[in-house]
Amino acid sequence: MSAPIIRFDGVTKRFGKLVAVDNVTLDVGEREFFALLGPSGCGKTTLLRLLAGFDTPDGGRILIDGVDVSRVPPNRRPVNMVFQSYAVFPHMTVADNIAYGLKVDRVAAADRIRRVDEALALVKLDGLGARKPDQLSGGQRQRVALARALVKRPRVLLLDEPLSALDAKLRDAMRTELSALQQQVGITFVMVTHDQDEALALADRCAVMNRGLLQQVATPSDLYEYPNSRFVAGFIGSVNLFEGVLNVDEPGYAAIVVPGLAAPVHLDHGVTGATGATVWVALRPEKIELHKQGAAPAFGDAPAGHNLAAGTVERLTYLGSETWFDIDLPGGRRVRAMRPNLTRWDQESFAVGEPVWLAWRACSPIILLN
Amino acid sequence: MSGGTRMAKGPLDYLGRWPLRLWLGGVLLFLYVPLATLIAFSFNLSKRNIVWRGSTFDWYAKVFADSDLLLAFANSLTIAALSTGISLILGTLTALLLWRFRFPGKALLEGTLALPIVVPEICLGIAFLVFFADILPWPTELPWPLNLGAITIAHVSFSFSFVALVVRARLASFDRSLEDAARDLGAGEWRIFADIIVPHLRPGLIAGALLAFTLSLDDFVITFFTSGPDTTTFPIKVYSMVRFSVTPEVNAASTLLIVVTLALTAAALKLQGSAIAKTAAAG
Repeated sequence: MSAPIIRFDGVTKRFGKLVAVDNVTLDVGEREFFALLGPSGCGKTTLLRLLAGFDTPDGGRILIDGVDVSRVPPNRRPVNMVFQSYAVFPHMTVADNIAYGLKVDRVAAADRIRRVDEALALVKLDGLGARKPDQLSGGQRQRVALARALVKRPRVLLLDEPLSALDAKLRDAMRTELSALQQQVGITFVMVTHDQDEALALADRCAVMNRGLLQQVATPSDLYEYPNSRFVAGFIGSVNLFEGVLNVDEPGYAAIVVPGLAAPVHLDHGVTGATGATVWVALRPEKIELHKQGAAPAFGDAPAGHNLAAGTVERLTYLGSETWFDIDLPGGRRVRAMRPNLTRWDQESFAVGEPVWLAWRACSPIILLN
Repeated sequence: MSGGTRMAKGPLDYLGRWPLRLWLGGVLLFLYVPLATLIAFSFNLSKRNIVWRGSTFDWYAKVFADSDLLLAFANSLTIAALSTGISLILGTLTALLLWRFRFPGKALLEGTLALPIVVPEICLGIAFLVFFADILPWPTELPWPLNLGAITIAHVSFSFSFVALVVRARLASFDRSLEDAARDLGAGEWRIFADIIVPHLRPGLIAGALLAFTLSLDDFVITFFTSGPDTTTFPIKVYSMVRFSVTPEVNAASTLLIVVTLALTAAALKLQGSAIAKTAAAG
């Protein structure tokens, strides 16, 4: 992370008895695309509104560029926001909407017109300045909201669920464009989203929140591959979770006994936890390989470096680029596995009801202590 | 329609059915024939409103020569203009207060707001009579238009409720995130009010003003109890003229009032139309 531009320092916000944001300490870097991610009601929107100035923290401080802005009203903060509903002023033309913030700041008319034109070009709305918002599509209205915020040259741009109101095709295109836009204007973007794909695709770093608490702050790949809790592992992507007991814990090897699995789960690394402790094994569906049970797997019955379990295919879900398998273990546990469809026909062609081997590398499981 | 081919009648083709035509005819008859008669007889040569003797503009000349009637007319317009302006400000502020804030006694205020609308006018009239006689005697020797103060206050007290209710209804459809957006872009409270809230309220403000103006202009009962000898309004003056005989002069004066009212309504509707077109994007 580059030098921090935003610092949340032990920020707490209560609404009555509800603690919406609970002692959050967080730095966001210069030119970073940062995402606040979490289920609805987790406090991410409150955190964004605290940053914009629409709410005042009950505890802690918010610093922008090292200045405490906790009590500074929104109209005097160097941040601008793109609202979820876009909040484009319906009685003004597109150009008047974009010029509004400059007019309030008493920017000279000539300068204002030039900057509005630049902003229109930036969001690819050239020539639509005279339109009224009701003559625009949802995507275009969002561009107006973006231009209106960016024309003020804020230090930080805040985006509240920027893609949630768009349809799937447009969302994909807008995702790419937002990313390019951030590169182009070179300022910090802070985005709130409940959509993990959106956060992983756009953000340099994400903060995962739950019930007002910061759960984990990490890059998208670290969030996915190294979640620090069952909540994060389950919220980001899909996961198979097994509760087990740490049986062996050495620097280069560990084993976890999981009820319902015939063999202990072998790991090629140690776990810093006391032997005998309860831990959770998290296994991503794409990290499970499937093999026919007729022939023994190529690597033998119980190879070092692999884990093996027997199961029965209960359901196949073909999604074009990949196929999802619901597999029942003998103990009754259901496991989800995913295979990319690497060829146009599946040589192994698994069928429902077929017994299979599930195999995964000793480095694949994520061990969670809470 | 009068051609030889019979047109098939759709279920919504109401005017093709004779009972409905009759109904429509009745409605038009009772609504517009009295008005048309009133206007027609203002040009009648005869002094009686029964027989047509030929047309003349004499009655209009007489109206413009009747200084009492002209004063009453001017009084009515002045009171209507003043009470509309004051009601618009008070009503809008009340609506904003009820929409924006929570405070003790809010429910009570909301309830009492509807009182002037539901309480019979005669009761309000007597209440104002007593009020201006005993509690706040309004001096009668004030120069015009200050002598109209009592009537204006009485008119404001009932018409601002209408403004408040209309504006309140309009506020309900206001998207609060527009306010946040304006604040985020640097606007303070006054700018948000002037640039964002008032444009949204415009149709409500025009409708409220129109209501307040017409309510004041044709109010008889409350005005009757609050007017003094020098502060006669048009409806009261007409009433006193009619008590002796209905002359075409009354017709002429009424016709003038109709023209003024129609012109104002047309102007307001035109304003309203452009305001609605401007805010339609909100939907």
